[in-house]
Amino acid sequence: MAVDICYIAMMIIPILVAIVLKIMTAVPTEGIAITGAQIYFTLPLPIQDLPITEAQINSWMVIISVTGLCLYLTHGMCTKKLLIRQHIAEWIVEKVDRLVEDGMGSYFAGFSPFIAAMLGLSAFSSLLSLCGLFPPTSDLNVVAGWAVLVFVLITFYKCKAGPLEYIKSFANPVAMAPLNIISELATPLSMAFRHYGNVLSGTVISVLIAAGMQGLSRLVLGWIPGALGDFPLFRIGLPAVLSVYFDIFSGCLQAYIFAMLTMMYVSGGFPYEAYMERKNKRNKKKNLEVM
Amino acid sequence: MLELAIGIILGGCALGAGVAMVAGIGPGIGEGNAVAKACEAIGRQPESKGAVTSTMLMGCAIAETTGLYALVVAILLIFVAPNLFVNTLMRALG
Repeated sequence: MAVDICYIAMMIIPILVAIVLKIMTAVPTEGIAITGAQIYFTLPLPIQDLPITEAQINSWMVIISVTGLCLYLTHGMCTKKLLIRQHIAEWIVEKVDRLVEDGMGSYFAGFSPFIAAMLGLSAFSSLLSLCGLFPPTSDLNVVAGWAVLVFVLITFYKCKAGPLEYIKSFANPVAMAPLNIISELATPLSMAFRHYGNVLSGTVISVLIAAGMQGLSRLVLGWIPGALGDFPLFRIGLPAVLSVYFDIFSGCLQAYIFAMLTMMYVSGGFPYEAYMERKNKRNKKKNLEVM
Repeated sequence: MLELAIGIILGGCALGAGVAMVAGIGPGIGEGNAVAKACEAIGRQPESKGAVTSTMLMGCAIAETTGLYALVVAILLIFVAPNLFVNTLMRALG
């Protein structure tokens, strides 16, 4: 019981800390303000100073919070009397396992924890905007980091059939080599821009609509003297309805798409037959040496 | 003279952002086509609704990429480029 409370605290406290940090450092602005991530402080480093921004802090908070959620869901597992949270945990694991199995084939079945982590981190990062916090996914740097990670994975699995084969795959036909290299490099770029652009555009549109509704209600109610004249009539309801699409649906959809594309690129670029051939050759060589 | 130069920079950035968003036409048409075909497919085979919907969302997300490039360019032109260009101008003038 006490452990459960610890885990729940682990889920909630990081979000509260992020909110408190945001309130403490908020700069008062007038009208609409669309700003990037605020810089909380700067770490002096030898080559270049490292600015610690809102996006980094918030994404670490999300990581701690999701870890707390996972620990809470998997705490007290048993085979006899199943708790509801164990059902939820099993459902998540089964779903992700099946998704990876369908999308990547059985060779990549070990990828499901990575994909689940990607999905959870991305979805919860986008959902952080529901708490009024800066969603880390609307900062290009955070998403670009994930995209670079995925790019390294893709390249690693493409190199499985030998580095020479990897280089050869670009020059096919030889004249197309520059274009092939560009399209290879465009993969992480497009993944990062897709995720970041979708989340950021939702934020921008939400802010613009909220500001526009403010202006409209001032136009309609402005002739009434007193506090009623400033009453933001049209801001009730409509921004919330849009937020369902832009924050919840779009955020979760982008997480799903990011994970699906990761799976597609990693398993699609993997030359299974060439890899098996190489492996067999190596095994034969080894056997000969042993003999 | 300096005011004019800064004015031209700001106006150019705003115009550029507007022109960049013309690229929104392409993904709009493409996604509209994709959704129309998905609706037809669901109408023909209602039992394959789940698979069609998830494939359609995936395709829409990929078709959206060019539009999002335009959006990123437009956002950079509005929020980042004016400061950058004005600073460059100031530095050039000394």
